[in-house]
Amino acid sequence: MSTVKNTREEIVEGLSEILEEVAGVDPKEATEDKSFTEELDVDSLSMVEVVVAAEERFGVKIPDDDVQSLKTVGDAVSYIEKAQG
Amino acid sequence: MPGLLNGKRLLITGLITEQSLAFGVARLAQEEGAEVVLTGFGRLSLVNRIAARLPKPAPVIELDVTDTAQLDGLAAQVREHTDGLDGVLHSIAFAPPSALGGGFLTAPWEDVATALQVSAFSFKSLAVATLPLLTPGAGIVGMDFDARQAWPVYDWMGVAKAGLESVTRYLARDLGPKGIRVNLVAAGPQRTMAAKSIPGFEQFERAWQERAPLGWSLTDSTPVAKAALMLMSDWFPATTGEIVHVDGGFHAVGVPVGDA
Ligand SMILES: NC(=O)c1ccc[n+]([C@@H]2O[C@H](COP(=O)([O-])OP(=O)(O)OC[C@H]3O[C@@H](n4cnc5c(N)ncnc54)[C@H](O)[C@@H]3O)[C@@H](O)[C@H]2O)c1
Repeated sequence: MSTVKNTREEIVEGLSEILEEVAGVDPKEATEDKSFTEELDVDSLSMVEVVVAAEERFGVKIPDDDVQSLKTVGDAVSYIEKAQG
Repeated sequence: MPGLLNGKRLLITGLITEQSLAFGVARLAQEEGAEVVLTGFGRLSLVNRIAARLPKPAPVIELDVTDTAQLDGLAAQVREHTDGLDGVLHSIAFAPPSALGGGFLTAPWEDVATALQVSAFSFKSLAVATLPLLTPGAGIVGMDFDARQAWPVYDWMGVAKAGLESVTRYLARDLGPKGIRVNLVAAGPQRTMAAKSIPGFEQFERAWQERAPLGWSLTDSTPVAKAALMLMSDWFPATTGEIVHVDGGFHAVGVPVGDA
């Protein structure tokens, strides 16, 4: 989709900005080891919005079926890194 | 090429993700030439992001169908975008967790009342709120799940759907003299947010795969959207109080057909 390729650090930073905007997560908390639902308290609708915002920001597509496998911030970062090719 | 809905002005509720039945309806409506105004509930920022994925821009109005002030103000808000409506989609349902997924005998009345208000009574509320804008020939359409029989896990939502079916007939009675049609699409299961929040929903997915004579896709809502828009279009001018099953034929057969 997009030709831009972000570094892992850029993706973590982008995701933490999205998490703050969508779900009010403190950016300091949004580290790769944290799980979205259990540790960061992101509910299912907020998770949908995080995914939609991430798709737009990083120019990737994250199909609904894959979202369930993204448990931690790190999972999402790896997914986006791979999807950007 | 002229579309089925050229020049039609539609109000579409219930869009929250790209899987929402309302999203499929809104997309197809725009492709068929309609002008679409959306309403969104709660997460307006998410609704706006999803609305931006439609083929054409569509304004979003906030509407909680349990909020009397918002219902009273709806017509004026819609008028900022269009001076009349030819169709309205009600694609709204909610039940608290206690009322779904196996708590039929224990769900407290307060939770049941919420389910009935949001999922059945609101069809009447939305019809009345939009009535000042509806032109003769207009069609109001709601989203049903066949309520003639009891299902696993569907519980009080099933009762709410039975209510919705009845509300449809009474609305047909009262709005018919104004030339307004009121119908339901009884859809087969689709993997939407609402569906995934029902514990045990997979049972429906399996049952439909086995039993629907035409087969059934859990992820393509186009057949549902087509039926909803047909019912809003000029092509069902003498049909009201009706339930159209868009379920791959599931409702017509009692037992899965064997491989023969
Ligand atoms: N998905 C299925 O399997 C299926 C099958 C048959 C019928 N339906 C019906 O289709 C309709 C749409 O559901 P969906 O499956 O697209 O799921 P969905 O989760 O995408 O849509 C449900 C919508 O209801 C809205 N809503 C909830 N409470 C509200 C309130 N108080 N005021 C205004 N809006 C409110 C939500 O914001 C959401 O947009 C529902 O009536 C549902 O019962 C769904």
